Amino acid sequence: MSEGTKTTGFVGWIDRRFPLTQLWEDHLSKYYAPKNFNIWYYFGSLALLVLVNQILTGIWLTMNYNPSAEGAFDSVLYIMRDVQWGWLIRYMHSTGASAFFVVVYLHMFRALLYGSYKKPRELLWIFGMLIYVALMAEAFMGYLLPWGQMSYWGAQVITSLFGAIPGVGDALMTWIRGDFNISGVTLNRFFALHVIALPLVLVFLVVAHILALHEVGSNNPDGVDIKKNKDANGVPKDGIPFHPYYTVKDLFGVGVFLFFFAAVVFFMPSFGGLFLEPPNFQPADPLQTPAHIAPVWYFTAFYSILRAVPDKLMGVIAMGTAIFLLFVLPWIDRGPVRSIRYRGFSYKVALALFAVAFVVLSYLGLQSPSMMIMGLSVKGWARIGGVMYFAFFVFLWVYTFFGLEKTKPVPARVKH
Amino acid sequence: MRKFAVALLIALLPGIALGAEGGQHLMNPDVDVSNTASLQRGAKYFANYCMGCHSLKYLRYSRMAEDLNIPEDVVEKTMIWDGGQVHSKMMSAMASDDGKNWFGAAPPDLSLTVRARGADWVYTYLNTFYRDPESDTGVNNLTLPGASMPHVLWQLQGMPEPVYGEGSGGSLHVKEVEVPEGAGLLSEEEYHQVTRDITNFLAYAAEPVQAERERLGVWVLLFIAVFTALAYLLKREFWKDVH
Repeated sequence: MSEGTKTTGFVGWIDRRFPLTQLWEDHLSKYYAPKNFNIWYYFGSLALLVLVNQILTGIWLTMNYNPSAEGAFDSVLYIMRDVQWGWLIRYMHSTGASAFFVVVYLHMFRALLYGSYKKPRELLWIFGMLIYVALMAEAFMGYLLPWGQMSYWGAQVITSLFGAIPGVGDALMTWIRGDFNISGVTLNRFFALHVIALPLVLVFLVVAHILALHEVGSNNPDGVDIKKNKDANGVPKDGIPFHPYYTVKDLFGVGVFLFFFAAVVFFMPSFGGLFLEPPNFQPADPLQTPAHIAPVWYFTAFYSILRAVPDKLMGVIAMGTAIFLLFVLPWIDRGPVRSIRYRGFSYKVALALFAVAFVVLSYLGLQSPSMMIMGLSVKGWARIGGVMYFAFFVFLWVYTFFGLEKTKPVPARVKH
Repeated sequence: MRKFAVALLIALLPGIALGAEGGQHLMNPDVDVSNTASLQRGAKYFANYCMGCHSLKYLRYSRMAEDLNIPEDVVEKTMIWDGGQVHSKMMSAMASDDGKNWFGAAPPDLSLTVRARGADWVYTYLNTFYRDPESDTGVNNLTLPGASMPHVLWQLQGMPEPVYGEGSGGSLHVKEVEVPEGAGLLSEEEYHQVTRDITNFLAYAAEPVQAERERLGVWVLLFIAVFTALAYLLKREFWKDVH
């Protein structure tokens, strides 16, 4: 129970047995967040909303889905056509998968803009990165479940990457698949991991992410530490209680998000083949390889990096490094200033180029590798994009380690 | 830095044009699954010309009857040939093995063809058969070369003749197809309408709920818009005292 407030009645009865009021105050009504959050700060709560959407729609999908090589494809169509509102549940789930990555990518970019990964928020950032990796695994395994052509061949290609590891590669690949090729055995285990194991991991990591956030406090667009300026009651002068201020603000954000989300669900659920790929409306056929295998859009930046390297093992290493570098970003970037508002000009340019590289790589990963764009193949462009991607980290380390950055003075209090 | 969000959107847009496999130029049938009259005609043509060989194994007669506003007894009398019930799935009477023996490949189920290949592809396919004495069935198709399907609509269209053109390597190949004047029962325009109706029906069959989904979507968006406006007013009221 919190100090100074004595609850009575029913809540009092609970509080003497469970820290209900204390949890409410610590995480909502007396959690002080900076008052100057801008549009970039909506995506955290939206990611939570999408997670809840995925879990709820996922539970209802599971009620009618059949995780077997013989029955999976048919059961998905049974959900789409014969189950009451099954089509809505499934489209909310499939659109939710893409929406998850949209909000998570924007949420991560916000951290890059305002230096939210910097001391003392390194663990917060690492929990976030672990969520991202778990989310990738979750999405990858979920994509096998409809058992369409792209499900099958996408899983075949991605699991084959483990085969590139010297020595244990082949054995590891067979161990992951449970078979020599993707088969009903693989489908069953991916189903188990998708509906139980990874959601548990995700929820656990999200709790850890939020606990870490509430321990150190939220960053803000000015990158100012609001805990340095407190009033007589120990409340940060630039802080406002999360509830009701940010709960009502986020409610508005939820409305805007749901408008776009529903527009996709009801009017373009395939999103032009990006969210639901056309070849996936053909049942998985182990004897017939599709002409062009591409993962779903949210993986294609890393897929581009993989394809850009001629050697398979080196490609896998490059792809892994691209993700690993994000984990150690708090130690690569040694600049003392958090927010891009007060960082050096070169950082702004570098971050913009990094964002462009990521978007371009994502686009290239969707195209056939031999396609020509302005006289250069997709692979060629991906090499340029990949170099830009890695150059960001190299630049950032050199720029901040050797003190080359010319920063502007950071204000003592938040401005806007 | 909001530019990033815009850049992301722009980057996604070219991908939306994906789906088609490229190569052959596809004709646009302008499908409209809310056009019930067209869907009813399409269902009729499908039962008369297609269903002898092709199934719609994910569509039930009763569902189609309800969605397309066709009385169930009419469907029972005019569309069910295999002794099935009105709640049965729309199965062709032809056994898959027979199809394999007769045509070299079992005629595929058409439930999801429009979602897998696109309505443009189906429409173009139905309009690009041509006479080819070299093939087993006497016809070939420009959209799917070597297709084992005979031109079942030839009486309506008239058998199209191939028009040869020179390829990039100087070799002759079929460039387009042309129907001799007066060869079919229908004019070119009427035949286009028939194939458009069939394509429309297959687009419906590929996702029976889509007209209903879009009808509902309007109300959902309106509701969310009102909710969001109220949420904004609530937010503004609470934030009055934040300076």
